[in-house]
Amino acid sequence: MATCLTDTLFPDTARAVVRLLERLDCTVEYPAAQTCCGQMHYNTGYRRHATTLARRTAKAFDGYDAVVAPSGSCAGMVRDLYPGLHRSTVRVAGRTYELSEFLVDVLGVEDVGAYFPHRVTYHPTCHSLRMLGVGDKPLRLLRAVRGLDLVELPAATSCCGFGGTFAIKNAETSTAMLADKMSHVLDTGAQVLTAGDNSCLMHIGGGLSRLRTGVRALHLADILASTEEEPWVATR
Amino acid sequence: MGRNPVTWLGSPTFPAAAHHALADVQLRGNLAHATGTIRTKRLAAVAELPDWERLRLAGEAIKDDVLSQLDVYLERLEAAVTAHGGVVHWARDAAEANEIVLGLVRATGADEVVKVKSMATMEIGLNEALADGGVQAVETDLAELIVQLGNDRPSHILVPAIHRNRAEIREIFRREMPDVPTDLADEPRALAEAARRHLRRKFLSAKVAISGANFAIADTGTILVVESEGNGRMCLTLPDTLITVMGIEKLLPTWSDLEVFLQLLPRSSTAERMNPYTSAWTGVTPGDGPQQFHLVLLDNGRTATLADEVGSKALRCIRCSACLNVCPVYERTGGQAYGSVYPGPIGAILAPQLSGDPHDPQAASLPFASSLCGACYEVCPVRINIPEVLTHLRAEVVRAKGKRTPEAIGMAALAWILREPHRYEAAQKVGSLARLLARNGKLSRLPGPGAKWTSGRDAPVPPAESFRAWWRRTHD
Repeated sequence: MATCLTDTLFPDTARAVVRLLERLDCTVEYPAAQTCCGQMHYNTGYRRHATTLARRTAKAFDGYDAVVAPSGSCAGMVRDLYPGLHRSTVRVAGRTYELSEFLVDVLGVEDVGAYFPHRVTYHPTCHSLRMLGVGDKPLRLLRAVRGLDLVELPAATSCCGFGGTFAIKNAETSTAMLADKMSHVLDTGAQVLTAGDNSCLMHIGGGLSRLRTGVRALHLADILASTEEEPWVATR
Repeated sequence: MGRNPVTWLGSPTFPAAAHHALADVQLRGNLAHATGTIRTKRLAAVAELPDWERLRLAGEAIKDDVLSQLDVYLERLEAAVTAHGGVVHWARDAAEANEIVLGLVRATGADEVVKVKSMATMEIGLNEALADGGVQAVETDLAELIVQLGNDRPSHILVPAIHRNRAEIREIFRREMPDVPTDLADEPRALAEAARRHLRRKFLSAKVAISGANFAIADTGTILVVESEGNGRMCLTLPDTLITVMGIEKLLPTWSDLEVFLQLLPRSSTAERMNPYTSAWTGVTPGDGPQQFHLVLLDNGRTATLADEVGSKALRCIRCSACLNVCPVYERTGGQAYGSVYPGPIGAILAPQLSGDPHDPQAASLPFASSLCGACYEVCPVRINIPEVLTHLRAEVVRAKGKRTPEAIGMAALAWILREPHRYEAAQKVGSLARLLARNGKLSRLPGPGAKWTSGRDAPVPPAESFRAWWRRTHD
């Protein structure tokens, strides 16, 4: 599951997921019938539209062994909320994983052979942390990356303030939360901020860019896909 | 039936109120300090109990049992209280409850009453109603007193003056307490001493006390108040008449259920193993304590809330405030921005339901005052899935507003696009043109609703090729 946000705005991340999973001997398919899981409609109060999108998503992913999403909130939507939406959206829920869960729990790997020689700090996104309970799986993956200098983020579990349409409807409160998150990121002296959700990264990264901090927001998949032979390069 | 005072008349919507609150540097500092401190303490208090998660499950189960048979338990309570010499009154709404209480106070001839901190009486605006009827209500909880003397509004369930710091409190005391020394220090000990002297006189002269209730035991008719300052104990024992106003959901079936709640509440609320004062009374005891006891059972929107399968979970709440203390939104805006005596995450699901008016724009803005981060659910001692109730209430707001709002039309259009991959892909191509607006690799100003995004953040520059286009080009 590429997720609509990553597919549209951060295609490098989705390509990184493909590269990473293929390196780990998975057969990766991208069902072209997928669009959006319906999370934004659901969280904003548009249940009927959300259910329509959920049913289409469930159908698009029918028949696969595992559905992997580079997003804690999209995977959380499918796994936590799909079972309550419609009888046709129950089955896909049990086979859906956020990327770090799939790597650690299903494939049983922590060292994915990555190389990323940068100072990195990790923000645990709310839905990956509290809805899915990914725990320290992303950190275990990061600790096994060669060359990577992992620094702990202060007040890491505090929400960054994104919250989907919350970022628009309550833009000022959202940016007040963002300011504190950015201040903690800057305190670490990291060059790169990583997380398992491009939505939160779009928000924090957008703030870091606006203030010309020089810190880059980068999805966990981009880091894990990077190797000495094929290192990550900035395309933008 | 009049307007429900659970939300304050004339309050702006949450985003508008937050705009002002966020600019208040003093408030931001006070709140960050206070919530940060209590958060750390709660974590430590909870970590001491190996069976904390099982206690939460037990709390949830007991409350759900109460809510599913509320009628049975309420009648049991009424019978037990009456059998022990108390008088039970039923109030459908705030106006009825205020009228009952005012009538009871007037019958005693008193023109001043002392109050134990109580959310139910704040919810119905009892103090104002009593004042209109010529009765002065004196708050005796320290924080509630600070709010009352400052002619202010509460901003927290447990610590209503959490938005005030010591220097501000000293100023309020110097202004409002007649015989406070002019050189009053802003030290906690000195401030508490000033309040104590002020309140002692009130305790000793009061003929009537008004309280809320933390718990009521249906089997025995026992009412409980838990507190930290001893002011409650004074109010509950010294006056001749005691009037308790209690929301109908505060019941517990049996005395032994307290074993669960007297562990859950103090640790969640003040991060204490045990609260300093737990007062329990059953009707009237001849020759000991108040000789007149009245219990006012308050509905005020609760029955309507109970009828909603998802929304009714809010009625499990035991008013501990743990959700406020961990909420990143509350931490930035403070409690007054919610425009209700119930602020924070629990307020965002309780106030709109109790108010019962889906067309009130202020109440309708509350379920959206959350990033859905889930920190509230994680700490809730009775496991209210607040994010679930929030999204449920958002759906109700959307339904009440109808299909013709610009947002509803936009969301419908977006859903129409997302329903078919070819439309989605066409929209991606059009949207990708936004990359032409980028300057130096940054998108710093977007039109339309995007302007709210770029007010504080750069937007990502859309790529020339989406992932799906790349996949088709390289794999199919």
